[in-house]
Amino acid sequence: MAAVGGHGLQGYVVRRILLALPVLVGVSLLVFAVMRLAPGDPAAIMLGAQATREDVERLRRDLGLDRPVAVQYLQWMGRVLQGDLGRSIPLGREVLPEVLLRFKATAVLTAGALGIAVALGLTAGILSATRQYSWLDKLSMAVAVTGVSLPVFWTGIMLILVFALSLRWFPSAGMISPYGGGVTDLLWHLVLPAVTLGTASAAAVARLTRSSVLEIIRQDYVRAARAKGLAERAVIARHVLKNAFNPILTVIGVQVGYLLGGAILTETVFSWPGLGSMMVRAIQARDYPLVQGGVLLIATTFVVVNLIVDLLYAVFDPRIRYE
Amino acid sequence: MFQKSGSAVFGLALVAVLGAAAMLAPLLAPHDPDAIDTARRLARPLTAGHPLGTDEFGRDLLSRLLYGARTSLVVGLAATALAAAAGSLCGLLAGFVGRWVDQVVMRSIDTLMAFPYFLLAIAIIATLGPGLVNGMVAVAIVNIPFYGRIVRATVLAVKQTEYVEAARALGVSELRLSLTHVLRNCLAPLIVAVTLNVGGMITALAGLSFLGLGVQPPTSDWGSMLSSSRQYMNVAPHVAALPGLAIFLAVLGFNLLGDGLRDALDPRLR
Repeated sequence: MAAVGGHGLQGYVVRRILLALPVLVGVSLLVFAVMRLAPGDPAAIMLGAQATREDVERLRRDLGLDRPVAVQYLQWMGRVLQGDLGRSIPLGREVLPEVLLRFKATAVLTAGALGIAVALGLTAGILSATRQYSWLDKLSMAVAVTGVSLPVFWTGIMLILVFALSLRWFPSAGMISPYGGGVTDLLWHLVLPAVTLGTASAAAVARLTRSSVLEIIRQDYVRAARAKGLAERAVIARHVLKNAFNPILTVIGVQVGYLLGGAILTETVFSWPGLGSMMVRAIQARDYPLVQGGVLLIATTFVVVNLIVDLLYAVFDPRIRYE
Repeated sequence: MFQKSGSAVFGLALVAVLGAAAMLAPLLAPHDPDAIDTARRLARPLTAGHPLGTDEFGRDLLSRLLYGARTSLVVGLAATALAAAAGSLCGLLAGFVGRWVDQVVMRSIDTLMAFPYFLLAIAIIATLGPGLVNGMVAVAIVNIPFYGRIVRATVLAVKQTEYVEAARALGVSELRLSLTHVLRNCLAPLIVAVTLNVGGMITALAGLSFLGLGVQPPTSDWGSMLSSSRQYMNVAPHVAALPGLAIFLAVLGFNLLGDGLRDALDPRLR
């Protein structure tokens, strides 16, 4: 651990955080554009059809829509940094508490799916690579290519048909029972949505784990480790997996993005009370502040997750710190 | 290499069958896909006159699936072509011109990639409004970084080769150089990328239609068929199962074909 806290890593962490800042500014610009580029007057849209001309004018002034676009962006950014994401007119509530509440549900679903994807994907990938061309390898890769081709919304519907409506093992919708429940109740509701969302990611992780491990397994130092009489299990654990880990970490980082996006569909199928299902309704109601808040929160989370993944590279591979 | 791979040939066969079904839909469909017959709502498969049954409005499912293949495949391919063209242009500019152009293009690509894949499409739909064309544009924009990065990397590699230097020394203009020598070298990775990407495009577009943000009724498309069937899945599970199965087979076909092409054309990507 001494090396982890060393000077090289600190410099790397600072550089990497500084690199994430322009990306976050880009994200905020795009999210800002979502509202500004939409056809029609945002103030009129937010107030709905019944609003009077005076109401619209007042809201335009309040939102600063009569100012130059650059000024509007800076003002909006200033408010966002203070935690003010605006107000949802249809809901009659502040956006920030609403999206934070919903974000918790999305985070639970994404974490559950990621757990399934990593556990299944790593196991299948390592088993396939260490037994290349065996029936186990062929079977798990066939399952994997099937898995990446499954549309999440259809997997969800099929799982509901079999495990909720026919067998009645799991609930078909929602996150907690109507009369409340503890962690067990939450986990019981989580099984089907998490399996639905995690299946395609598990397949992607399995395919990449297999090819990364195969690439390392052919290296000379692995042959050397075997030649000196090390047990196969030790060779895999100590020499192969350690070096195959960075590409696997990359694909896991990418999968978080896939899962956060796929959550939108999964939440709709399972009526999961997360950000995704909220945003679909918000788009249909043209509730732009709510859409902006949701998009901003998810995109920022993804940038932070990628930052963490990049920092983990440096922990696992000291060479990266000195690049 | 390609012929030896059974799965790649299977993929090609799947794509060919679905493509033919889409093209021949008017000849193969037993009924008008939009003809409503309320007396025969939610008929089971193998009902007389309706081999795959009917939906909640009594419309023939086989006919709707065949016409749905047209929408889903055409829109998926068009979105892929749009993304590949725009992404290649970005990659070519960034890699060939370099300097500040490269910086601007790559930072924009970084920003697009900072968004989770499907979320960005949703955000763009929020701006453009729901609909078939807007959905296509949204999904295409989301995939620009994918092509931009592939083409830029190839351009950077090709630019260093001796034959490009030789062509430049012979006085070939930069524009002609990029169009003939550089772009030609990008073709193999691009063909592989396009084939691997079509499946994802079809899924994403079906996903948008499923949420009611893509294809609008009464146009038949696999995603919206799946969406409207959800309310009846307790009584007529086949109405939900079949459109999803169609999406799955199309995506599987393109993925297997793409894997096979990649192994045959560009072993480095394996």
